[in-house]
Amino acid sequence: MTSPLFEEVLALGDDALVAAQRMAEWCARAPELEEDVALANIALDLLGQARALLSYAGELEGLGRDEDELAYLRDEHEFRNVQLVELDNGDFAVTMAKLLCFGTHQHLLQTDLAAGGSRLAQIAAKAVKETAYHAGHAARWTVLLGDGTAESHRRMQEAIDHVWPYTHELFEGSDRRGRWLARVEPVLEEAGLNRPEDGWAPTGGRHGVHTEALGRMLAEMQSLRRAHPGATW
Amino acid sequence: MRRAAARTTLEREEVIVEVLPPPGTERLLEEIDAADQGPFAGERPPITDADGPAGFEALIEADSKIEPLDWMPDPYRQSLIRQIAQHAHSEIMGMQPEANWIARAPSLERKTILIAKVQDEAGHGLYLYATAETLGVSRDALLDALHAGRQKYLSFINYPTLTWADVGALAWLTDGAAVVNQVSLCRTSYGPYARALVRVCREESFHHRQGFDLLHTMSHGTPEQRRMVQAAVDRWWYPALAMFGPADSRSVHSARSLAWRIKRAGNDELRQRFVDMCVPQAEALGVTLPDPALRWNPGRGAHDFTPPDYDELMRVVAGHGPCNRQRLAFRRRVHEEGAWVREAAAAYAAKHAAGPDTGPAVGSAAGPDAGSAVDHAVGPVAGPAPAVAPGEDAVRPGGGGPAGDEAGWALWEVFVRARRGVSHVHAGSVHAVDAGMALRNARDLFTRRGEGVSVWAVPSAGIAASSPDEKDALFAPADAKPYRHPSFFEPPEGVDNL
Repeated sequence: MTSPLFEEVLALGDDALVAAQRMAEWCARAPELEEDVALANIALDLLGQARALLSYAGELEGLGRDEDELAYLRDEHEFRNVQLVELDNGDFAVTMAKLLCFGTHQHLLQTDLAAGGSRLAQIAAKAVKETAYHAGHAARWTVLLGDGTAESHRRMQEAIDHVWPYTHELFEGSDRRGRWLARVEPVLEEAGLNRPEDGWAPTGGRHGVHTEALGRMLAEMQSLRRAHPGATW
Repeated sequence: MRRAAARTTLEREEVIVEVLPPPGTERLLEEIDAADQGPFAGERPPITDADGPAGFEALIEADSKIEPLDWMPDPYRQSLIRQIAQHAHSEIMGMQPEANWIARAPSLERKTILIAKVQDEAGHGLYLYATAETLGVSRDALLDALHAGRQKYLSFINYPTLTWADVGALAWLTDGAAVVNQVSLCRTSYGPYARALVRVCREESFHHRQGFDLLHTMSHGTPEQRRMVQAAVDRWWYPALAMFGPADSRSVHSARSLAWRIKRAGNDELRQRFVDMCVPQAEALGVTLPDPALRWNPGRGAHDFTPPDYDELMRVVAGHGPCNRQRLAFRRRVHEEGAWVREAAAAYAAKHAAGPDTGPAVGSAAGPDAGSAVDHAVGPVAGPAPAVAPGEDAVRPGGGGPAGDEAGWALWEVFVRARRGVSHVHAGSVHAVDAGMALRNARDLFTRRGEGVSVWAVPSAGIAASSPDEKDALFAPADAKPYRHPSFFEPPEGVDNL
């Protein structure tokens, strides 16, 4: 039997896990060495959040599944993350656009969740300091790239345009989009970027319907673990 | 023989990671501590009377440190640049064989550890490039030399990581070899390099241990896992042995580097030390080291072993290892693909520059007295003396403009307050286009193990440093004033509390 709380914790855990897996793909590839260190920090923060959330989800479920069983032994349609986080990294601008949108959302959500004494509140209270930094880091780069060279401006605008439709799914069943826009729009304005029109709003991640990108990502992520059933690592 | 049975706890990113220490490694950690404390041990060394070559020789003879603004022979400077550059390149090129497995790491904890390790290597690259920059060469120039193949990196990086066990074997053996080599280098004569190495060694010992721990877990696992471990150890043993370089009799750089105390031990001695360290660790893992000639020699008090194939080493160094082309092509592509980002950040900063001198950037937890940063941190009382020089010109009083990359990423000196109640101490430097980025980069590089509660970043060009030429005039007079110290006055017998 699954509870609404289990579903919620699992979804947030999957968001963090998939975002971490994508961010970690930047290791050894960042545009500057200092940024390699920064992106690894962000990946580690997200992975830490994912582990706390998935462990908790496993306890709520009560079937004895731990963080690794949930991460490695579920199929694509069992993942509950939003599609935004599974999108391919693209160039550095796309990665920063994804992080700006997702990190700002996470920060607002965790701020709300942290106001309580529950286990989820405790996890959120720790994570909210991390996501404040992620959102700030992404906002800074969005401004630098938007207001940098002609090429960086073009790439940053294309990146925002590319990820914008996927941001609607972040707010299904919540009223946070207004507050989210109040944070993101000033960043775009300072960066000299156009705020994309709302329109197409792909969805389905929370019900296990994903883009093609997630399947490829999981095939790689889970391959070793699945090749050795029962092994300890 | 010492066998560490207790599990040590390392705190990483607030995840408690239990790592089983390989037998026999505590001694290395003690040596790092000793090297770190070396400059504080004993009496304050006298300020040498001699300037120029005689002063340099006197400092080397006294086993003291050479600092960036000191006179040094050009071949000493060039040797250091060559060695530090190769070391820095090895750190950043060494990210690739391990990053190869981040996406597939078989548990979330192992994934966490591996990301942290690869991240450390980027960090070590940064410490070391900054160290080279104190010798008057830019990071851009060094990266160009790497990308053009003019400067080398360690040859083991040109071997493939074919299975997950290779991630463990690479760390256990090549990081183990690196620790043995670098622990010895912590006592190197060039101050900034010695300080960078203490930091690097402390972190590498985590790398070494996590590799052993990974293998230890697998070696107690399924038969297939045990086969993977043995195969990986077979692949990495000789590349690790080759890390100590050619035999001393064949090494072109060894003798002079030893004389100048850039290197503190010969290649053969360090290789022997490494083999002797590995044998009991291999036993603990239940793996066979792939050398039928390996056996204890009671007469020498050391293990006999088959040395690495130096001809193969030379072939790999010359570019003909299994992965040389792939590793260098990857690194060049990353650099080229990042160019538009670096240019954009520099263009942004140029547009928004507040003025020629933006002053020190002060971290959020720092007090408002940023003006005192240099006084406290550069003064002789605040811990290790800073390596502030990005190149002599940039810190010579009244000297040149901001140091840094051609693309406008200037060099910033970073000062970290370790905890409330102590001064900010110089930690190293970062490249950044503005104060905000400098602080973020400093935070990510220097405080990711919880080392700080406040960070200062100061444009390197904004630091005024006293010149070694003036050291007699500035500092020698203070040595002749014993009456400033209470020990000058002998209290009468029976008088206390004085």
